[in-house]
Amino acid sequence: MRRAGRPSPLPRLLRGYRPLLPGPDSSDQRADRSRLHSRMVALVLACLALMTLDHHPGTGSPLEPAREAIGTVFGPVESGSSAVVRPVTAMGDWFRSHRAMQNDLAELRSQNSRLKAQQATSRYRLNQLAEYQGLTSAADALDQALVPAHVVAYGPAQSFTRTVTIDAGSEAGVRPDQTVLNDDGLVGRVLRVTRTTATVLLIVDTESVVGGRVGASMKVGFLRGLGGLGDHGALDLSLVDQTEAPAEGDTIVTWGSRDGAPYVAGVPIGHVTAVYASLRESSQRAVIDPYVDFGALDVVGVVVPSGTVSDRGVIETDGSLQ
Amino acid sequence: MRSLRATAASALVVVALVLQVAIFPHLAWEGIVPNFCLLVVVAAALVRGPAFAATLGFFAGLLLDLAPPADHVAGRWALALVVVGYVAGLMRQEARAPAMTVVGTVAASSFIGTSVYALSGVVLGDAVAGAGDVLLVIVVAVMWDVILTPLGLPGVMRLLARLEPVGAR
Repeated sequence: MRRAGRPSPLPRLLRGYRPLLPGPDSSDQRADRSRLHSRMVALVLACLALMTLDHHPGTGSPLEPAREAIGTVFGPVESGSSAVVRPVTAMGDWFRSHRAMQNDLAELRSQNSRLKAQQATSRYRLNQLAEYQGLTSAADALDQALVPAHVVAYGPAQSFTRTVTIDAGSEAGVRPDQTVLNDDGLVGRVLRVTRTTATVLLIVDTESVVGGRVGASMKVGFLRGLGGLGDHGALDLSLVDQTEAPAEGDTIVTWGSRDGAPYVAGVPIGHVTAVYASLRESSQRAVIDPYVDFGALDVVGVVVPSGTVSDRGVIETDGSLQ
Repeated sequence: MRSLRATAASALVVVALVLQVAIFPHLAWEGIVPNFCLLVVVAAALVRGPAFAATLGFFAGLLLDLAPPADHVAGRWALALVVVGYVAGLMRQEARAPAMTVVGTVAASSFIGTSVYALSGVVLGDAVAGAGDVLLVIVVAVMWDVILTPLGLPGVMRLLARLEPVGAR
């Protein structure tokens, strides 16, 4: 039995707000309601104003300084808490049971596929070498170095974007539009930086477009992220020259852009898992399975120009630490 | 007292955001984490009513929109949490809310919050996953939030109730 004077929730939802208590704001219920309504209108309008101002997030948005300010304050908090839990998350390795064997198996399988990928990439390298032979001064083609960083925060899946925060910022020599990779392959690119952190757009995000090259045929195309949850991220490849379809298992590497921004050339991205031919549009589409496990990112490297001044050790092209 | 209340509320929101982006991703299922900011807003709504909760929701959402690694149109989470604050505030009762009401409010709020966020993305042409993924995210997020309700919400509600101005009850 419901007590008298306590209306059931559903009619209350339909009828709208009527303060049950002579609430903290006022003793007059009617004044309370109208005050609430005007406050709600103000808040919703504020939200709409923000969306209008920030309709194209990026360098031109008037909210970018606010993003940077909050990132400057909040970045160290994220880095700190991530550093605190890192030993705990690493402790999982101690409690490995027979699942560990399965994991090892999966690891070996992935290693195997990585070696296969390398084999496939070597064809790309050979092709590339042939292209370089005409150039005499190609001594140090990759004039680049790596800034190591930890991934300290992940965008929640509820936000439907695939972004992470890394604990290297402008002090470490990181700038927007630099390539981020790890030992498996391409991770993404730097969107914006604060003093101590940077936001990275993962290549599986639906807004991400990467120029890719089929390692075996040197054909170029564009890879678009398909979104996807957890570590099930996949990419969609459409080739510029649509007459030649990539074969299943072909390795895709980055095509590279001018001055290596946002992507440097030759970083492995993934391999082709399926090819779809659309007769009507006379185009070829391929689905790419990325090498990087986006559900378990930890240590990544940001590609910076060689000789960048950084607050930490920078890995130079020849493997030395500076 | 007023500034103390604001400080306590913003501290709760900051802690919630850190849990959400830096700590719980290690426990996440498919990248879906509990929406702690939303839980704080619901707790505020159940203790202090829609006006306070909607305002808190606006600022919590703004932080979610601007703090790294967010990269969507700012104002989307703010709008979602303003709506959540209002709707959850309607469920405030004169006595201490029964457990089932709290859990039901959290589930409904989580559903409404994620849905409003996803819909705003559709309207603005921002990146949104496919319909199947969106539904999965909404359902799993509701489950996460409901699971964490008994663990966190009573403490937050008690803290907020203690900070309530004298004479309000």
